[in-house]
Amino acid sequence: MIELLQTPLFGIVISILAYEIGLFIYKKTKFPLFNPLLIAIILIIGFLLIFRIDLQTYNFGGEFISLFLSPATVILAVPLYNKLEILKKSYKEILIGITIGSTVSVISVLTLSKLFKVEKSILLSLVPKSITTPVGVELSKQLGGIPSITVAAIVITGILGAVLAPVLCKIFKIEDKLAIGIAIGTSSHAAGTTKAMEMGETEGAMSGLAIGVSALVTVLIAPIIVRILL
Amino acid sequence: MKLLRQFGFILGLTLFGELIKKVFKLPLPGSVIGMIVLFLLLYLKVVKVENLKEISSFLLDHLSFFFVPAGVGLMAYMGILRDNWFEIGIISLITTVIVLLITGYSIQLLRKRWNK
Repeated sequence: MIELLQTPLFGIVISILAYEIGLFIYKKTKFPLFNPLLIAIILIIGFLLIFRIDLQTYNFGGEFISLFLSPATVILAVPLYNKLEILKKSYKEILIGITIGSTVSVISVLTLSKLFKVEKSILLSLVPKSITTPVGVELSKQLGGIPSITVAAIVITGILGAVLAPVLCKIFKIEDKLAIGIAIGTSSHAAGTTKAMEMGETEGAMSGLAIGVSALVTVLIAPIIVRILL
Repeated sequence: MKLLRQFGFILGLTLFGELIKKVFKLPLPGSVIGMIVLFLLLYLKVVKVENLKEISSFLLDHLSFFFVPAGVGLMAYMGILRDNWFEIGIISLITTVIVLLITGYSIQLLRKRWNK
């Protein structure tokens, strides 16, 4: 029995199964907070905890799935290319919007962290929370944060973005597809982009673009803002 | 073979992105550099978008699923998060909402002003 768990098959099968259950629940209820990704994560963590299977065992298969994340980021160039006309027409708005968003992200993290009296090392770890993991980890190290806390905050932010984006855009009347896409990509990187892609091709393309641009902008501005505000 | 060939091409680009990152010590992940390179290849018509149809729909349709293990990976941080989970959770929630709304509004406003 135990040997079966040690193969990549276990992690892959349980992931697909949990995601299918998530999709089923989401389609039945249409309730936006029942995000298939969120449900799958909760189900799997619950399953592993109940049956006392450690994360490492799950990850034999989990790593196979994660392997697709990098090529999936590369392929975001395709929807972006399909929306070339919009990009040519609105690149100024896009750049300004992402710069504003990334600046607000860093400032709001610093302000709230001070408000909640969070330790300095944790505060610094949270600064890169809106950007894509590989860049976020590097920035965290550079600022003096704890990379593992950064990874956790980035994943939490991504899931929150994917779950909340459609609801927030609806309530607060953000209806411009380009604005929705850039907002999602800037606030919640590639995990949020999964939701943007489901909302439409323009939203997805713009969100994908914002992953790269916001990472670059944040790397450039975060050290300066931290120096001024801390 | 179509899908496999396309996937091989995309994986090659991903690897190329990693290489560029290492060689030039760029502050962007290899995957984002790969995305820029692919965009340029499409823009310069070196690669036709039709020739990537199968792989792009496969990867994009399952984008959300690929994040499952990363989310499950949060388990590993339960220890570190235990003392600060409330602060980290609430700060992540509030800032994500603020950034999403402010970015969205700024662009929506600018586009309305400039496109008139």
